[in-house]
Amino acid sequence: MAAADARRDGGRDARPSVVWYNDPKWRSLFFQALTLLVVVGIGWSIVHNTAVNLERRHIAQGFDFLSTTAGFDINQTPIAYPKDASYGRAILVGVANTVIVAVIGIVLATIIGFVVGIGRLSHNVVFSAICTAYVETLRNIPVLLQIFFWYFAVLGLLPAPRNSLQPITGWIFINNRGIYLPEFRFGGFAGWGIVIGLAVGILAAVVIARRARRRQQATGEQFPVGRVATALILGLPFAAFAASGFDLALVPAKKSTFNLTGGIELIPSLIALTLALATYTASFIAEVVRAGILAVSHGQTEAARSLGLSHGHTLRFIVIPQAMRVIVPPLTNQFLNLTKNSSLAVAIGYPDLVSTGGIVLNQSGQAIEVIAIWMAIYLGTSVLTSLVMNTYNRRMAIVER
Amino acid sequence: MTTKISVAAFAAALVAATAAQAGTLDDVKNKGFVQCGVNTGLAGFSISDASGNWKGLDADFCRALAAAIFNDANKVKFTPLSAKERFTALQSGEIDVLSRNTTWTMSRDTKQGKFAGVMYYDGQGFMVRKSLGVKSAKELGGATVCTQTGTTTELNLADWFRANKLEYKLVSFEKDAEVVKTYDTGGCDVLTTDASGLYGERLKLVKPDEHMVLPEIISKEPLGPMVRSGDDAWFNVVKWTYFALVQAEELGVDSKNVDDMAAKTDNPEIKRLLGKDGSFGADIGLTNAWAYQIVKLVGNYGEVFEKNVGVNTPLKIERGINALWTKGGLQYSPPIR
Repeated sequence: MAAADARRDGGRDARPSVVWYNDPKWRSLFFQALTLLVVVGIGWSIVHNTAVNLERRHIAQGFDFLSTTAGFDINQTPIAYPKDASYGRAILVGVANTVIVAVIGIVLATIIGFVVGIGRLSHNVVFSAICTAYVETLRNIPVLLQIFFWYFAVLGLLPAPRNSLQPITGWIFINNRGIYLPEFRFGGFAGWGIVIGLAVGILAAVVIARRARRRQQATGEQFPVGRVATALILGLPFAAFAASGFDLALVPAKKSTFNLTGGIELIPSLIALTLALATYTASFIAEVVRAGILAVSHGQTEAARSLGLSHGHTLRFIVIPQAMRVIVPPLTNQFLNLTKNSSLAVAIGYPDLVSTGGIVLNQSGQAIEVIAIWMAIYLGTSVLTSLVMNTYNRRMAIVER
Repeated sequence: MTTKISVAAFAAALVAATAAQAGTLDDVKNKGFVQCGVNTGLAGFSISDASGNWKGLDADFCRALAAAIFNDANKVKFTPLSAKERFTALQSGEIDVLSRNTTWTMSRDTKQGKFAGVMYYDGQGFMVRKSLGVKSAKELGGATVCTQTGTTTELNLADWFRANKLEYKLVSFEKDAEVVKTYDTGGCDVLTTDASGLYGERLKLVKPDEHMVLPEIISKEPLGPMVRSGDDAWFNVVKWTYFALVQAEELGVDSKNVDDMAAKTDNPEIKRLLGKDGSFGADIGLTNAWAYQIVKLVGNYGEVFEKNVGVNTPLKIERGINALWTKGGLQYSPPIR
């Protein structure tokens, strides 16, 4: 508008007349439009180029191949994978396997990370030195090497199935094909009874905790929430189990010609991958935790102690809530890293999303589609993890006064 | 206005990028070498020695191709590829020809590229420890089987165990080195791949003599070179390089007598093969001496076979079905005329 006005007013206006392309407003609009045009142009060119080249090489496009029969086997199938399962099903099995590693890995890494992180600040010199050594060693060795170490140097050296290690003779077997735990077979209503007992117990504990907090805020009276909740959560399932007459059969794995069969089987690649990722990520989490605790000014601890709070209460009510605000955002990064690093599974043959997707890619030849699926799923899980952690972070942040 | 012009030029360049590339044969001639995709390490087929030279049947096929085009068998650059990477490498143009013990199947031939011939007729077999006391693959129910992913092997394996109503446990890796290592350290009872591969893999084990290959062959695995589809000129060069190898053996032309033959022979078939008659080489975009160069610099099919996998090599493989059709085998070339 300014440019148009300037032109209309001609020489009568005090402002010097500017050609439109020297006007800053038009100029900025022009360059924004230009940037947009270039970005869209490059995007369009990539898509068009790919489509044309695929067409020319007679490579089919689209996602129809997902319903074709896969025809290969997968060595760990948490969801049903029948003989005539499709490529799509194979990818889903891969997703489930990735989730298994990510969830177990995140839980383990968090526990180890917190213990080591707090341990580095311990006044016990030996313990803190061990924790320092742990962090400095593990986070400075590439995680792929650590995965190979667990797989070939630790699990690979275990005895053959015929000479399995048996920590509890006849029940638990450890050999170079994996770890075999007895299968839990609940009879009658024992299985469902325990599940229902557990659910009711957790629900009751939550309700009691809320009421206790409200009562304490109103009257100042305390209630032993921890002990009662533990009793409910453990007691109710046990009561249900007892009512069924302890109807449980433990079925251990049995020796067959080549292997052990039956029982719960943990394959070596799962064990190696989970341990390597958990211990590696834990070394980073330890540093995040240590930094978080150190970020809380020592004055806070001194103030709490002079108010008469015990050491435990000081940690629980003063230090940790403030430290968590510093810890959670980088902790989220570590969880995401662990999930993404689980794609290294392909090196030791664990059938995760990248492994099974890679087989599908190779057997079907649909490279671009499979890579798009990979990216979409990893992006999806990462966004989901961030969402959960951001929600948690927001709740922690409200504590601030 | 210069800005606008450069934008237009940029857009034009983007569109131009989609325009057709030149044929592979012209590309190869221009850059001066053949880019050849091979196995990362399979004794007898393609494996690099201590000084970094690629050896084997598949590597020599690439040399034959270079000999036909450049009259120099060393104008080859090798790209080692895993089973999973191979087709993408071919389709993306990273390599000109895939000579990597790849099984000719219908879906690969119609969807992934084009097979130009069969350098080696193979079949899938099983290797076990002698100490297991297994004499037949039918006794393998419940065993743990190691194999490589992204191969026809893993599909045949699933089919065969299903057809025979046997259970098995699978351990599979993308890289061949991990498959062999896991088998050797006892991570699985059985190693399965193409029978020729089993003999090669056995040499990599710590104690090769403690292992045996079971008699069953459970599949057909015709292994051959592959090119991108839609490039007939290059397809012809690769296909007829293979046929020239076979034809030369059938006519008794080898690397030692080829000069003699070229100078003296009256046999019209040999004259056509060696470019003394007709313009067969020129017709596929090469010189008429193309086949002469192949035989002179690399040898005929029989020579290449014996040098890399034959009975005098560590692999000790008999010609078997890879003998010429005139000797009861399957190797056969259409006539050059």
